[in-house]
Amino acid sequence: MRAEGYIKKLFDSNTRIDERGFLDFRPVKIETGVIRTAEGSARVQIGNTVAVAGIKMDVKEPYPDTPNEGNLMVDVELVPIASPMFESGPPSETAVEIARVVDRGIRESKSIDMEKLCIKEGEKVWAVSIDVHILNHDGNLIDAASLAAIAALHDTKLPKYDEERGVIVKDGPAVVSSGKKLGMKDKPIEVTIFKIGSKLFVDPTVEENESIEARVTMATNEKGNLCAMQKGGNGFFTRDELLQAADIAVEKGKELRKLL
Amino acid sequence: MSGAGKKGAPEALIVKGKRLDGRALDEFRPIKTEVGVVQQAQGSAVFDFGETHALSAVYGPRPMHPKGLQEPTRAILRCKYFMAPFATWERSRPGISRRSTEISKVITDALSQVVFLDDFPKTVIDVFMEILQADASTRCAGLNAASIALAEAGIPMKDLISCTSVGKVDGKLVLDVGGAEDNFGEVDMAVATVGGSDRFVLLQTDGIITKEEFAELLEMGQSGCTEIYKKQKAVLKNKYKTSQKENYITESRSDSAKGE
Repeated sequence: MRAEGYIKKLFDSNTRIDERGFLDFRPVKIETGVIRTAEGSARVQIGNTVAVAGIKMDVKEPYPDTPNEGNLMVDVELVPIASPMFESGPPSETAVEIARVVDRGIRESKSIDMEKLCIKEGEKVWAVSIDVHILNHDGNLIDAASLAAIAALHDTKLPKYDEERGVIVKDGPAVVSSGKKLGMKDKPIEVTIFKIGSKLFVDPTVEENESIEARVTMATNEKGNLCAMQKGGNGFFTRDELLQAADIAVEKGKELRKLL
Repeated sequence: MSGAGKKGAPEALIVKGKRLDGRALDEFRPIKTEVGVVQQAQGSAVFDFGETHALSAVYGPRPMHPKGLQEPTRAILRCKYFMAPFATWERSRPGISRRSTEISKVITDALSQVVFLDDFPKTVIDVFMEILQADASTRCAGLNAASIALAEAGIPMKDLISCTSVGKVDGKLVLDVGGAEDNFGEVDMAVATVGGSDRFVLLQTDGIITKEEFAELLEMGQSGCTEIYKKQKAVLKNKYKTSQKENYITESRSDSAKGE
């Protein structure tokens, strides 16, 4: 918090703490297949921020209101090794919010064909569990978590399923892969636009993150449409700022999508 | 966001420009609001959109415990949204859920924009919202009630916060998403503004929309908020106009914690 005044002063003179442009991301690196025990995985780095996502597939009962659709669950853990600000224990409000925003970007873009995940209506469906761990917090956690989740989903292969016995085939403790991809229909990308003073910018460092007035996350799909949004922070956005943010989200989304 | 499946969807949600309940596209459900309904609280209010029934009560400013959570220079605003287990056709688990945690957070963010927290160091202002009956737009009803309750409690505020849902149903943009529209419509978006102004303090969107539709929904949302703002102000003004007997307030309560 001590950096707040300094960050704001810099913004007033049109500079950022690391001298980036206001709409520039730090270097983004995506690796997939980084966890062998997961059905799909990815490690995303945005500058010093690190997020690792692992996808586990299980066969479960469907929810009563969606008997012919698979289940989707997103959890985000802000583990204490990632930052002096994180504590162990039940998920904080921040972690819950990030998880739900990541969830909606994936769900609302309809990037996963949920009906294809139905094995037997009302009885057995695939359950997709997306677990994202933040391993270093240097700002912009929503974008990092979301990018890791979507990269991991694109890496995911379904386990082999034994229809007669109704279980996943295993070789000892290891899950046997069917080699079939999860079959993603889109690559939704979440970009968060932040506001300090009247300036909009992307990809804050942790110091900038502490100084923001408001933020809005916008998920865009391959067509360049918006599919999920969430505003946070104590400040406000005007309508014009929100429309400007939408343009930024589409443009930056395109850039990030190329890296997948 | 709603977990409801596509099964049981009505054939059409909009027929000849009218919605299932006979409303025009830009028409609210009947709005009912009342102030001073919980005798024990410093401030309280009811806000209904049709069959959605929200109750809010404010306690504080009061000492923050544990002390470690106190802020030496300002009050903490602690908003908690709860959905009663009997508020939906399918019983929900009582208490805190991930959904309610997230909603509580975005509502806290929105109200923080207008409450003068610096006036009450080391204290907490508790704002509770109970959804007793749910028929979509529950967070909006809760936030509208909370805003009125804070004002009744005499907490200094820059302005009231007004919130409405807008959405896309059968390809048409609509105000105040209700009932089947929430389950089977394409887009659900909640917006809150400071009064009816161009300052957006809450924005959550689920579903795919173009940028043009987004621009239109923001406009529709803002004018909806203006309408709600008028009703919020009217109910507060009315309270102080009428005789004490007409309000559900006891004698002893009436001379404490009020503007006059």
